[in-house]
Amino acid sequence: MGRFRGLAALALIIALLPLALPNNYYYDVAIRIGMNAIIVVGLNLLIGYAGQISLGHAGFVGLGAYASAVLSSRFGWPPLAAMLFGMAAVGVIAFVVARPILRLRGHYLAMATLGLGIIIYMVLVNESAWTGGNDGMSVRPFSLLGLTLASERAWYWVTGAVLLGAILLANNIVDSPVGRALRAVHGSEVAAQVAGIDTTRYKVRVFVLSAVFASAVGSMMAHYLGFVSPQVSSFFHSIELVTMVVVGGMASTYGAVLGAAILTTLPQLLATFEGYEMITFGLILMLTVIFLPRGLLPTIAARLRKAG
Amino acid sequence: MALLEVQALSRSFGGVHAVQDLSFEIEPGKIYSIIGPNGAGKTTVFNLITGLYRPSSGRVVFDGSNVTGKAPHELARRGVSRTFQNLQICFNMSAVENVMVGAHLRLDQGMLGSMLRLPALARRDAVCREEAAELMRFVGVGKYIGALADAMPYGALKRLEIARALAARPKMLLLDEPAAGLNPTETHEIDELIQKIGVSGVTVVLVEHDMKLVMGISDRILVLDYGRKLAEGTAREVRDNPEVIAAYLGVVAKAAA
Repeated sequence: MGRFRGLAALALIIALLPLALPNNYYYDVAIRIGMNAIIVVGLNLLIGYAGQISLGHAGFVGLGAYASAVLSSRFGWPPLAAMLFGMAAVGVIAFVVARPILRLRGHYLAMATLGLGIIIYMVLVNESAWTGGNDGMSVRPFSLLGLTLASERAWYWVTGAVLLGAILLANNIVDSPVGRALRAVHGSEVAAQVAGIDTTRYKVRVFVLSAVFASAVGSMMAHYLGFVSPQVSSFFHSIELVTMVVVGGMASTYGAVLGAAILTTLPQLLATFEGYEMITFGLILMLTVIFLPRGLLPTIAARLRKAG
Repeated sequence: MALLEVQALSRSFGGVHAVQDLSFEIEPGKIYSIIGPNGAGKTTVFNLITGLYRPSSGRVVFDGSNVTGKAPHELARRGVSRTFQNLQICFNMSAVENVMVGAHLRLDQGMLGSMLRLPALARRDAVCREEAAELMRFVGVGKYIGALADAMPYGALKRLEIARALAARPKMLLLDEPAAGLNPTETHEIDELIQKIGVSGVTVVLVEHDMKLVMGISDRILVLDYGRKLAEGTAREVRDNPEVIAAYLGVVAKAAA
């Protein structure tokens, strides 16, 4: 089955990786890669496949994180219920803002989503009675049916499984009538409309879906780290996410995973250059757009096809 | 009853009257051509009928219902399909997927079902892929079934657009200059293809500059000049109309005649 080959390969990597992870620090990096990858797989549906930009997706990560933090730690909700509620709430918020926002194109869409992310960030900073403001707040560990996710190892397996699930869902969408409609919106919006596709509706749908992916990961991050601060929804985090999509490869789900892996690992390697991460990210984004406009994985795949 | 009724349709851009007080009817099952000099408003008429432009005034009635100002996707739902003068191909997809986009309205559009790839959806999608391949053979681009759209030559892409439009199983198909940029052999093949489509029962509306093609296959011809109806009738009636000759060849021809 061709459609499961990539998924099987990734599952194998996830299963064997622990053999090469000497201590909890490396587990932590792997978990962060996995969590970012899940967001980016969702964001890639919006940016890579449907051709719409969002510079505010960290806002949805933040909303998910705080939904889990506030509901589970302040109100004693079961973590899973808090997470699902967060996803539903973010879905509704994304749906309400998407229609006016997605009627915009190009720079205007970029500005509107950027503004949306900043608004969410400001709300999380200012509603300190609920969110703890800039100091953030602590979050209790994730538990379900009496089992508590505490160790790095446990989080590693959970994140890996969720990532595989997210990729399966994303790939299913891409290869479906909905996915073709999304790609047609990117390829030729006029052709899509004339073929009977309500393009605005599809843009809204993929925006909501990618926001819900981001919210779910926000909840996971909150419980994993045991702490949330508004930084999770910062503008820089949104840019990081977009950079992962662009570097890994537009319209390539595994490229998105590769982008997440590279750009999550990089700051760890560049720890000595502290303070220069922003510049590094900007530089990587620029160089990719100039020299590898299709992103790493699609470019490599095209080269291999040519050579083979 | 006419399949399409256009009543006193007008559209202006700023001070330019691209289409002015235009009325015509198209009977079902016919091949109906719209001709005229460059800038006569032919593509504007197409854009008005398919909902890409809203008319400034006038009405468009399709299949008995008023569709004036309806969005393109709503017109597609009612059975209107079209191709474009400047290609509108999705180069981020394979050739056969481009055709499958045309069948969108007949397929499952649920988000959850797509994510889970429910068996019924997967089955219908497989059938659709097979039908799309069949349509590609029908329009004569069968050898590109496995190809990416950006690997296809221009002439083949024009046919791919026709296949995509047919995939919607339209009642009415609008072809905007299907022979533009093609060599005589390819033009002849397009001629045969349009006739095949006409025979299959689809009403064809054609905008085309190749007069040999138009005169040969059209049941009726509408001549536009400066956004107005100059003449309408069979190929013979239009060809012999002195005003049409004047519009195409200049007033001198009229004086000489």
